[in-house]
Amino acid sequence: MSVLVYTESENGKFKKTAFEVASYAKAVADQLGTTVTAVAVNANDVSELGKYGVDKVLNVSNTDLNKFNAKSYASVLKQAAENESSKVVVVSSSADSKYLAPILAVNLEAGYASNVVEVPSNTSPFTVKRTAFTNKAFNITTIDTAVKVVGVSNNSYGLVENSGSATAEDFSPSIPASGVTVESVDKVTDKVTIADAEIVVSAGRGLKGPENWGMIEELADVLGAATACSKPVSDLGWRPHGEHVGQTGKPVAANLYIAIGISGAIQHLAGINASKVKVVINTDPEAPFFKAADYGVVGDAFEVVPALIEKLKAFKAANA
Amino acid sequence: MKILVCISHVPDTTSKINFTDGDSKFDTSGVQFVINPNDEFGLTRAMWFKEKQGASVDVINVGGPETEPTLRKALAIGADSAIRINTAAVDGYQVAKEIAQVVKDGGYDLVIAGRESIDYNGAMVPGMIAELTNANFVTNCINLEVDGTNAKAVREIDGGKETVSTSLPLVIGGQKGLVEESDLRIPNMRGIMMARKKPLNVVEATSADTETSSVKFEKPASKGAVTLVDADNLDELVNLLHNEAKVI
Repeated sequence: MSVLVYTESENGKFKKTAFEVASYAKAVADQLGTTVTAVAVNANDVSELGKYGVDKVLNVSNTDLNKFNAKSYASVLKQAAENESSKVVVVSSSADSKYLAPILAVNLEAGYASNVVEVPSNTSPFTVKRTAFTNKAFNITTIDTAVKVVGVSNNSYGLVENSGSATAEDFSPSIPASGVTVESVDKVTDKVTIADAEIVVSAGRGLKGPENWGMIEELADVLGAATACSKPVSDLGWRPHGEHVGQTGKPVAANLYIAIGISGAIQHLAGINASKVKVVINTDPEAPFFKAADYGVVGDAFEVVPALIEKLKAFKAANA
Repeated sequence: MKILVCISHVPDTTSKINFTDGDSKFDTSGVQFVINPNDEFGLTRAMWFKEKQGASVDVINVGGPETEPTLRKALAIGADSAIRINTAAVDGYQVAKEIAQVVKDGGYDLVIAGRESIDYNGAMVPGMIAELTNANFVTNCINLEVDGTNAKAVREIDGGKETVSTSLPLVIGGQKGLVEESDLRIPNMRGIMMARKKPLNVVEATSADTETSSVKFEKPASKGAVTLVDADNLDELVNLLHNEAKVI
């Protein structure tokens, strides 16, 4: 009956979202009066999960799972859910979790709600709040099936530490053949990704050219942030497509989103609106982004950004 | 190759989002509906397969008669025929199950849907169709090539992309990158005239079950005015982010 949670790892290390979904699963388990079982695939040290409320870890070690495969991973989770007689399965909103969740839901005959932002307001009927209309509204939805799959929106619940500890158990599910084979992966490994980042620094056409991104990267470095860009910037080829955030790009749900030289078209705002605190830096005080932002600086990015970098460095040094 | 493109009928991005009936229904009054942007990238890629590789392209939607103008637009862009499954779209599973039935009956080789709709944002219909029809599945797809029954696709992942090889039958969750914005087609007069004569088949639903129920909608709390900080006083911005917003 325990709540099952898929705790994602990369190169053996848990992602931050793994701790967030574990924290969320713990809250749901408390509501249901049950425990939390995590599924970890090829992770090095699963004991960390205990800190976030996980009671038991099903530890899967299998070289066939070295590369993510939605069908195989969904099968692992299905077998784990059956093993634990789980009625609730919690996943994150990472690209991989969103890829496997619909497959898992069909296999478990489970209703699936994605982009969930709060713990259930009721467990019978099982009622969750999720974002809809590309962050312009919330939808209160019940999941009516016996088994439920919940996809938690990134940075919506946060990390909640617990005093417990987790026991680990080896788990050896069968891995079905998959018709999709990963040939190559092209991934930046030394930078925080937009999906994992707590802070995102994003810049637009106001920067005038790709040669001016050095200060954006420096600002991101100081803040431990991911870099992103507006659609025109990726369309112009100034920055890679993977950095494009907005309705047709990547969604952003950061704690802090800093927009530099981005006017704030509605399509852009739709994609980043789930971020908690928004800062805009723009020369044009009439830019629509000022209506969406919490803090704004009217000024030239080429003066404001270098100055802000210095202030933040001083702040970091003082608070180190 | 028989291609089916799933077309979600969604409010235009610039629409005001309001609700009626005690916040239980989306208020459609004065709202312009469009082809879901993620679906339009897929439809345009399907047109490329039609023109370069002789594929046939049908489009499908689950919904009432009000969605037909959106299907006609897809026909005007170049799809051969349209199917409307005549029932309200209630949840992702029900929609996937209705479409899966058409995929099986029609023997489609390739199903292209958007990675998510911009209204419900469920991101579940394509994956569910794949699983219900026993097809391979690639989502967040930003490039797709098909050669015979073999396919090569590129998927956007967190922090990069990966290239995968797979085979038909295949379901794609598409997005920008399948084609670029500049490749999207605005229907011309000839296309619009031809679309009127193309078949739009209304199919009765199989009464697939639902798994979730929408209770009501809420709008985010209205945001206070922006706090402006002088460009010469950035210490204040750092202070606000640290002490007030508590994000650094």
